[in-house]
Amino acid sequence: MSSLSRDEVAKLAGLARIEMTESELVELSSQFGMILDAVARVQEMDLSGVKATSHPQPLENIARPDVVLPSLSPEDALSGAPAQEESRFRVPQILGEAE
Amino acid sequence: MNPETRAKYEVVIGLEVHAQMLTKTKAYSNDINEFGSQPNTNVSVITLGHPGTLPVMNKKTIENAIKLGLAVNANIAEDQYFARKNYFYPDLPKGYQITQDKTPICTGGEVLIKTADLQDKKIGLTRIHMEEDAGKSIHDVDVYDTLVDLNRAGVPLLEIVSEPDMRSSQEAYNYLLEIRKLVRYLEICDGNMEEGSLRCDANISVRLVGAREFGTKVEVKNMNSIRNVQRAIEFEINRQIEALENAETLSQETRSFDALKGITISMRSKEAANDYRYFPEPDLPPIKVTPAQIEAIKAEMPALPKDLLIKYTQKIGLSEYDANNIIETKEIALYFEDLIQHTSNYKMAANWIMGEIKSYLNQYGKEINEFPLKPIQIAKIIALIDEGLISNTIATQKIFPALLNAPESDPLQLAESLNVIQDKNEDALIGYIQKVIELNPNEVARYRAGEKQLIGFFMGQLMKVSQGKADPKASNALLRNELEK
Repeated sequence: MSSLSRDEVAKLAGLARIEMTESELVELSSQFGMILDAVARVQEMDLSGVKATSHPQPLENIARPDVVLPSLSPEDALSGAPAQEESRFRVPQILGEAE
Repeated sequence: MNPETRAKYEVVIGLEVHAQMLTKTKAYSNDINEFGSQPNTNVSVITLGHPGTLPVMNKKTIENAIKLGLAVNANIAEDQYFARKNYFYPDLPKGYQITQDKTPICTGGEVLIKTADLQDKKIGLTRIHMEEDAGKSIHDVDVYDTLVDLNRAGVPLLEIVSEPDMRSSQEAYNYLLEIRKLVRYLEICDGNMEEGSLRCDANISVRLVGAREFGTKVEVKNMNSIRNVQRAIEFEINRQIEALENAETLSQETRSFDALKGITISMRSKEAANDYRYFPEPDLPPIKVTPAQIEAIKAEMPALPKDLLIKYTQKIGLSEYDANNIIETKEIALYFEDLIQHTSNYKMAANWIMGEIKSYLNQYGKEINEFPLKPIQIAKIIALIDEGLISNTIATQKIFPALLNAPESDPLQLAESLNVIQDKNEDALIGYIQKVIELNPNEVARYRAGEKQLIGFFMGQLMKVSQGKADPKASNALLRNELEK
């Protein structure tokens, strides 16, 4: 059985901004392993001649005409924001961006 | 840097251009795509990435991408899907950018440019794909925090990636001019680098001449004009060569151009920036482009600069210099196209555009579509000159200004009412000539004594006496005759 290392899970959690405890990291590393094993079974099959699929539904070219519809008012747009200033979302500065 | 050191190295440049599309709405929502609106007024729940919202593809963006692909002879992919590029940043509300990763709509193709020594050179294109812009962060209003305006979030972009085919900052400069000209001709982007609707990142490396491997590549961002791209590249070339000459190791990094100081500065890399975990965007079904769709777009394509260049130089006999001058701006080229429907004196038509008309536009700070005279009016002036009814000087100094004051009047009638029609009548011409002879006895004596080059002086006097109305061709022989008497 394959498994993902604890550090790999920690890295993924960091990229996804999900806080995890040490025991969760260990637990998930084996669970991720099982998931990867399940998916890996596909590779055992002969898939020559099978077109790559990006979507399960047989849909394509769902598109709309280039027509403007009303947007939200800035008040509504900002209503869910924890902080705002001058009609803009106020967020903590990301280190090193100030200059 | 001393030229010998510089000559040891070859420069390798590839450019990534982001062109904001001139669509009415954003890439995946019906919010207006407009620069300069009040903050956060062009946003819907889709732009904000609220849970439960779904993007819907804007048809126009696909058409625009195909247009550009056709214009650069790229392969247009039949089947494409969109991908999520995942990263966290305050200007990216969804937490991912919808882009095309493995299936760009266009691959291959090329752009023809001039090298520094004016040779033709093809710059290969790696790919062109569709994606969306991020919002705008402002760092200098609030002391501690960043302020974010999401009007730009979701604006459709075309990313145009070149092969590392450029070998000098001049080639990079010329390439960008060509790309800008092209997107403007196609009307898919306004090409305004100052407002950020056309942006460029440059990948720059140097290697010893003859080396096979590429040197360490540095990516430079934040150059908001074509001139600044050239400046940034020049700075990087010198910086990299100096580092290598001092036996330093270059690091592969992203640098930012500081236009005031004219230097590039290493940027702190975004945290885990290269782990974007691309995967197929589940919210957008795949795109299938059919040959019929491509044909339909082909049929609507405007004339492109490269086609006009061939037409002007090979079919109507303009010099390459004149042709390029006219093609530089699409609107000027369209004016010229209209003008040559009404005259076959193409060279003179080109001269009028590049001379009188451009001077007028420069003087008044106007664009050609604000120019008061219709092309047919210019064609009529040209016809008057061709028929020998007025001289070129009269045309530019009298008729053109008079016509600008009364743009609808007939040039011939104007010439008549201004009394500037050239005199071909022999009696009238001899009258003028005799007056010239009377007024300049000393010169006449010298001419008769053998100073034949004075003919030019007499011709000048004749124009003065006749107020420009003496037809030079008809006068020439008469003048000589009278002087020989």
